[in-house]
Amino acid sequence: MASLIGYYSLIVGGFLSFFIIIFSVKNFKSSETLDNRIIFFSFLQLLLVFISFLGLIISFINSDFSNETVFNHSHTTKPLLYKIAGTWGNHEGSLLLWLLVLTLFIFLFILKSKKQPTKYVILTLLFQQIIIVGFFIFILKTSSPFNYIFPVPKEGLGLNPILQDPALAIHPPILYLGYVGSSIIFSSTLSAVTLNYITKKWASHIKQWVLISWIFLTLGILLGSIWAYYELGWGGFWFWDPVENVSLMPWLALTTLIHCILVLEKRSFLTSWVVILSISTFTLSMSGTFLVRSGILNSVHTFANDPERGLYILLFLFSLIFLSLFIFFFFHKQNENFKISLSFLSKETFILINNWFMMYFLSVVLIGTIYPIFLEVILSEKISVGPPFYHKLIVPFLIPFLFFMTIGPKLKWMKSDLSKKINLIVFFIISLLVASLIVKNLKIEFLLNTILITFSFYLFFVTLSDFVSKKYKNLPQNIAHFGFSLFIISILFNNIFTTEIITNLKVGEKFESENYKIKFENLYQKDKKNFKSIIGKFKIENSQGDVEIMEPELRIYNQPNISTSEADIRTNLLSDKFITMNIVQNQEYFNIRYQTKPFMMWIWLSVLLITISGFVSFFKKKYEN
Amino acid sequence: MKIRIFPVSIIFLFIVIFIVFLKGLKNPNIYKPKTDVKKNIPLLNFELFESNKKINSNEIFVDDEFYLMNIWSSWCAPCRDEHVFLIKLSKEKNLKLVGLNYKDNFINAKNFLDELNNPYEIIITDKDGLVAIEWGAYGVPETFLIHKKKIIKKIIGPLNIDLVLEIKELVK
Repeated sequence: MASLIGYYSLIVGGFLSFFIIIFSVKNFKSSETLDNRIIFFSFLQLLLVFISFLGLIISFINSDFSNETVFNHSHTTKPLLYKIAGTWGNHEGSLLLWLLVLTLFIFLFILKSKKQPTKYVILTLLFQQIIIVGFFIFILKTSSPFNYIFPVPKEGLGLNPILQDPALAIHPPILYLGYVGSSIIFSSTLSAVTLNYITKKWASHIKQWVLISWIFLTLGILLGSIWAYYELGWGGFWFWDPVENVSLMPWLALTTLIHCILVLEKRSFLTSWVVILSISTFTLSMSGTFLVRSGILNSVHTFANDPERGLYILLFLFSLIFLSLFIFFFFHKQNENFKISLSFLSKETFILINNWFMMYFLSVVLIGTIYPIFLEVILSEKISVGPPFYHKLIVPFLIPFLFFMTIGPKLKWMKSDLSKKINLIVFFIISLLVASLIVKNLKIEFLLNTILITFSFYLFFVTLSDFVSKKYKNLPQNIAHFGFSLFIISILFNNIFTTEIITNLKVGEKFESENYKIKFENLYQKDKKNFKSIIGKFKIENSQGDVEIMEPELRIYNQPNISTSEADIRTNLLSDKFITMNIVQNQEYFNIRYQTKPFMMWIWLSVLLITISGFVSFFKKKYEN
Repeated sequence: MKIRIFPVSIIFLFIVIFIVFLKGLKNPNIYKPKTDVKKNIPLLNFELFESNKKINSNEIFVDDEFYLMNIWSSWCAPCRDEHVFLIKLSKEKNLKLVGLNYKDNFINAKNFLDELNNPYEIIITDKDGLVAIEWGAYGVPETFLIHKKKIIKKIIGPLNIDLVLEIKELVK
């Protein structure tokens, strides 16, 4: 029943687009004020999509297996939370969520843009409707979440156990708010370009939307990363998996966009940057969807592969790309009324320099992600691009990037001298001393590490001192940059100080290294609602004689029959202890991985801090004087 | 009109990307692990198909000869398809075929061979599927080329004409 209502409201919702487009075109030609019917129909469309989504959720809650999506991804023994989360834990449902967010955002956009020129609002709505219609067709034609199966199966196939996790239950919706939020930026930019409305006023209006997407995208990536850390048991926070990369690329573009919009708002230039970045953010989000949904890349997010779906998204994606290229080349006019004189020592120059660095990082990630596809198609060779590629290409360039990030905010717009030079030099010397003291005692490559740590500390100290001296004048920027320094420092220390023990043990055995004694005490079983778990009990003693009991787990899920390995992680402010256990084939031995990972917590916290800066900026009316 | 190089090249670039993605979609994208790692065969005890006598892997796979061990079942449809290739290979002089009858019923298996001919020199049975697991097989059909007690090629899934040619090349 709920499925049926969902299905019909989805179809009716799709038809509404037709009316919205007609009214909008009429309104665009004739009138100066926004037609109320447009608002009403947009609301109706949102409502219908919402009902449809609700219908799917209810089918999941009731375990209505006459619905194919529910049958494929749910099971009666699943806890309620994961029944609900199962709604978007699959291809069909997650597309419906896309659509919901698309319609939600455009409705909010119409409501919030009353002060903007009517033509601009209507044109934005039209561009957004192109995207919405595209998704309606995509869902109804290739991935309907409401397919009926008869005879009705008694039991569902279950949700992939690695997806049964609280962080992952909210990760997709949050990430989607970020991804789809960028669609508004895309539509409004296209509309503003067409109407030649890329102005200071537009910049301050669209900035809010950029911030919203950016906040959600950041949070979404953070949640995904936390999930991967404790669920996949690889013992890290970022693996340069294609699917992580496709979320990082729009993030990089969006972060650069924020900075460009600030410049546009203040100095009304970098318009081409803003336009190109707005377009790329959304197309990168869409390409991400294409890359992971079509199955062209292998990753944890690959749902059932269906070439027809891949083909559709590909065609849709490239229609949007060509549409935006067309608009960009034909309508976009560089502001040539006044020549912009950039003096080197100005805020905008430094932002521009770091924009180029960001674009460089973006290209590295892009190439690393899609190069394997090109190679396979052209030379039919299979390669996988791993972390060393990214580390080699990105890490050295972080040094100048950090430097410009430190100095940039100290400069003024237009032209300025560095104020408080002495402070900056003193901070630099302190950072250098601290870094070399740290690196000296370690057996690692001296030069690169020292420079890297120096510049991270430099940013850290300078932003920290700004909290005191600048009296919250530019709080969001300050928090963001401080968070970023904290982020880089945590990653560096995490990398440098990580220790790892990998060994095979059986019950009763003991492993001793110079720092740790690991004893495999015993093994026991527990039965849970939808899985059985085998728990190993390990006694770990460090060189100071502190004893800790850790219990990693192997879970054997009943539906579908999959086993997963759950790490036991002890987190505290300074360091994480991380242990996983895996079966060695046909033997009574277990493969044990024990790691200590310092500053893990700080990686999460610093990203959270960066997100908070977005919130602060969003709620702060006047950004900067 | 002046042709603007920049827009044209950008559009061209995107067209290229589009074509590559389109072709990429058609490629199979399930990565198979590389299977050319030479692994020693495990020492296992087998039961002969027709006599219930025990025999161990060292007795079957004698040095210097090439052996093709094929895991099959009468209930497995792809096994039926690949059977012609096995017959072809059984005519090869340097190659001895060993069949591992997997989780099968004796009478069905016998009928299967009577119907399609028996390409194997030795047939061993694996009634409960344990031998196949210890051998490191994933399922039926699966074929292993063995030389000097090492697996020199592992084929997951049914044989085809290319694989037959490749095997012939290897045993020459």
